[in-house]
Amino acid sequence: MMRKAHGPKRMRTRFLVPLALFGAVAIGLAVGLTLQPQNIPSALIGSPVPEFALEPVTNYGPGFATTDLIGQVSVVNVFASWCIPCRVEHPLWIEVAEGGEVSLFGLNYKDLPENASEWLAEFGNPYQRTGADLSGRAGVDWGVYGVPETFVVDAEGIIRFKHVGPIDRYVLENDILSIVRELQAQ
Amino acid sequence: MTRTAILAIAVTVWCFAGPAVLAQGLIDLPLADPGLEARAIALHKRLRCLVCQNQSIHESNAELARDLRVVVRERLTIGNTDEQTVQFLVDRYGDWVLLSPPFKPATLLLWLGPLVILLTASAAAAVFLRRGLPNETPQPLTDDERAQVQDLLRKP
Repeated sequence: MMRKAHGPKRMRTRFLVPLALFGAVAIGLAVGLTLQPQNIPSALIGSPVPEFALEPVTNYGPGFATTDLIGQVSVVNVFASWCIPCRVEHPLWIEVAEGGEVSLFGLNYKDLPENASEWLAEFGNPYQRTGADLSGRAGVDWGVYGVPETFVVDAEGIIRFKHVGPIDRYVLENDILSIVRELQAQ
Repeated sequence: MTRTAILAIAVTVWCFAGPAVLAQGLIDLPLADPGLEARAIALHKRLRCLVCQNQSIHESNAELARDLRVVVRERLTIGNTDEQTVQFLVDRYGDWVLLSPPFKPATLLLWLGPLVILLTASAAAAVFLRRGLPNETPQPLTDDERAQVQDLLRKP
């Protein structure tokens, strides 16, 4: 009795409801598939750089500590000789160093001092200062979970940007250097 | 004070470890105090290994997981509470390091979504089932109908 009261027109459109729901779920899941779960948002953006003081990579400078990051905009690159993607991005860092636009620091993560030293000798040293984080303890304070990682730090020592994984020219220009320039202009 | 404690632990570990292990990270040993170690393990199970993503640092063999296990033990050793220890890692790695996401505005949908779906579906089911029920008691057959039925039943 009740069903008849709805009329045939209502019946015809009703079957579209589950279809529409399915469509919405499918689109939601499709978008979810394109997200990059390895891009973990850094909890440290906007906070001061951690307290650390590291010995240099053998033969490469006087060491690297928190105080080095105060007073100018800096880029901190986490690297290791055992890290293959680091070799991929390394020429770009050499370019940055030659350009002299920003202070570049190297945090050498869980490396043997002699390996890191040889690696820099072979591929060139773009870093003003290097710090050897032998145990990875400073890395934990920096929230490092993979190598390479790159941080942009402002003149007050506040972390402004983090990139996980090797950089390419696009990331260098559009993310890192553009943020650096913005911060330098302030 | 905490930094000196960490340094002392690190230096001790390094002295025992020698350069071969040095480059591979911190040494992962159970704490001598069984109560503290039990707390450490309970915390390890709540924390995500960030490189393997769906394992806890208790289960994972990844180097980072080992480092984080050591950090948890360090924090407990210097007298941090469980919550302080967890917060220490959240400050560095974000909520992502927690296997169970915290309840806060950004995660409302995550926590309440299933409940909302359940309630909506139950309400819809209730409405549907009610509508399906006969809303009047069947009328007894008229004499004519009764005769027709009798007629049909009598046919071979």
